[in-house]
Amino acid sequence: MSSIVSIKDLSKTYNSGFEALKNINLDIKKGEILALLGPNGAGKTTLISTICGIVSPTSGSVTVDGNDIITDFRKTRAMIGLVPQELTLGTFDTVWGTVRFSRGLFGYKRDDAYLEQLLKDLSLYDKKDSEIRALSGGMKRRVLIAKALSHNPEVLFLDEPTAGVDVELRKDMWKIVNELKSKGVTIILTTHYIEEAEEIADRVGVINNGELLLVEQKVHLMESLGKKQLVIELKESLAKVPSSLDKYNIELSDDGMHISYTFIVKDEETDISDLLQEITNSELHLKDLKIVQSSLEDIFVDLVKEK
Amino acid sequence: MNFMAIKVIYFNEMLRFWKTLFQSIASPVISTALYFVVFGSAIGSRIEDIDDVYYGLFIVPGLTMLSVLTQSISNDSFSIFVPKFTGTIYELLSAPVSFYETLIGYVGAAATKSLILATIILVTASLFVELNIAHPFWMLGFLVLTCISFSLFGFIIGLWADNFEKLQIIPLLIITPLVFLGGSFYSISMLPPLWQKVTLFNPVLYLVSGFRWSFFEISDVGVGLSLLMVLLFLSVCIALIAWIFHTGYKLKQ
Repeated sequence: MSSIVSIKDLSKTYNSGFEALKNINLDIKKGEILALLGPNGAGKTTLISTICGIVSPTSGSVTVDGNDIITDFRKTRAMIGLVPQELTLGTFDTVWGTVRFSRGLFGYKRDDAYLEQLLKDLSLYDKKDSEIRALSGGMKRRVLIAKALSHNPEVLFLDEPTAGVDVELRKDMWKIVNELKSKGVTIILTTHYIEEAEEIADRVGVINNGELLLVEQKVHLMESLGKKQLVIELKESLAKVPSSLDKYNIELSDDGMHISYTFIVKDEETDISDLLQEITNSELHLKDLKIVQSSLEDIFVDLVKEK
Repeated sequence: MNFMAIKVIYFNEMLRFWKTLFQSIASPVISTALYFVVFGSAIGSRIEDIDDVYYGLFIVPGLTMLSVLTQSISNDSFSIFVPKFTGTIYELLSAPVSFYETLIGYVGAAATKSLILATIILVTASLFVELNIAHPFWMLGFLVLTCISFSLFGFIIGLWADNFEKLQIIPLLIITPLVFLGGSFYSISMLPPLWQKVTLFNPVLYLVSGFRWSFFEISDVGVGLSLLMVLLFLSVCIALIAWIFHTGYKLKQ
C-alpha cells in the first residue's frame, strides 16, 4: 500500500518552550485506519493540527500525496477533512447552513444532492434546518463529521471522535468510520480509548511525551507484544510452588488456590507443553485452567511505563 | 485564488447582519434621530451657521463618520474574534484558503454593512435637514475608503484581542474620543490656536474634513491632504495585517 501522508523529522516547540513533538517520522498508508494512542498531552492533537495547517511546525516536513503542506497548502488541505476534538460550531447556524459553508470554504461549488446524501448517511437529514444549539452532543459530533466530509476528502482526521460520548454513539461512530474506509478514505484517529483502536484500527501508533514510540499493525502488535497468562486453579491449597517449577517463574495466589504463568506468544523459549508436563509430574491436582490474553491497553500501559 | 471561499465567508457574514436586521438598522436610526433632536433642533437653533452652513446640516458628515468608524471596527473585530473565541477558526485555518482570501471575505462584508449603515444614516438625516451633496463621487470615495480602512482596523483588533475587554477597549477609549475631538460636531477654527494645532495630530480630523468637503465644499484641512491621510491609514492597516499573516501572530501557534 502506498503512503498518502508522509511525515519526516517533524518537531514542534511552542513559544512557551514546551516540546510537543520530537522528531516524528511516520508514513500513513492509503486507505488504512491508523489509531494514534497516547495519554492526554502526549502530542496527538499537535501532530494532526500540524498536518492540517492549524499549527506551524518548528522543523521537519509533511507531505500529503507528495505535496508539501506549507508550499502546496491548497492541494494538501483540499484532500483533508478534520473533525476536531471540541464541539466547535456556530451555535446559531443551521446544520444545512454550516455544512454548505464548509463545502464552499474548500472551494467546491454547491452540490445539494451530495450534501443531502451525506446528511442522510449520518442520520442528520431530519435535523438539517435545526440550529446547532438545539442539537445533542452526539448530533453535534455528527455535524462536525458532516462538515469535514462536505468536500469529499481522501484523508480524514478524527481527533478523539468518541471522547465523552455514550457507548451506543461510540459504536455508531465506529460504523461510520468503517463505512468511510470501505469507500477508500484514509482515516487517522486519535484516541485514548484502547478498545477503540482495538476495534477499528488497522495500525496503531503509540505517542507519548511528543515521541512516536512505535507504529505497528494492530494484529502484529498484539502478537509480538501481547502477553498471555496461563492460570491454573488447584483442587487443594498450595503453600509453596514445587521446586521443579522454579525455572518457570510461577506465581502463587495469596489463597494458594491458583498458580499462574505469564508468557509471550512469540517468544521461542516459551514451551507450554514442557510446563504442563512438569506440573503433571509434580502431582498437583488441577481443577481448571484458562489462558488470559493481554489487551492493547496492557501493551500500551507497558510501553508508556517503559519510556 | 479560492473565490468560492471568499464568497461563502462574505455571505455568511452578511447573513448574520440580516439575522439581526432590526438591531442593525434601528440602532443607527434612533441614535441619528436623537443627535438631530438634541444638536440640530434643541441646541443647533442657538448656534450660528458655520461657514454659511446651518449647524444641523453641518453635523451630518461628522455624525455619519462617527457611526461608520465605530460600526466598521465593531463589525469586523467581532467577526474574527468570535471564531477565535469559540474555536471555529480551526475550519478557516485548515481550509485551502489563504489569509488574504479570508481577509477579503471578512473585510468586504464588514465594509458593506458599514456602507448600508451610512446610507441609512444619510436617509434619516435627510428627513430632518435638506441634504445636498456637492461632490457625490468624492463623498462615495471617502466613505468606501473609510469603511474598508476601519474594517481592516477592526480585523486587527479582533485578532489582537484575546478577551471581550480588549475587544471593547480601543473603540471605547481611543476611537470614540478621537471622533468626538476630530471636528465631527464643530470646525476646528472654533478652537483656540493651540488646540487647533493639537487637533491636527488626530487622524479622524482628516476623514471628517474630507468627507464634509464632499458635501459642502468647506473643510478644516485640504481635501488632497484628507485623501492622502485616508490612504496612509489604509496602507498602515494592510501592512500590519500582512505582518500578522506572515508571522501568524495570534493566529497560529
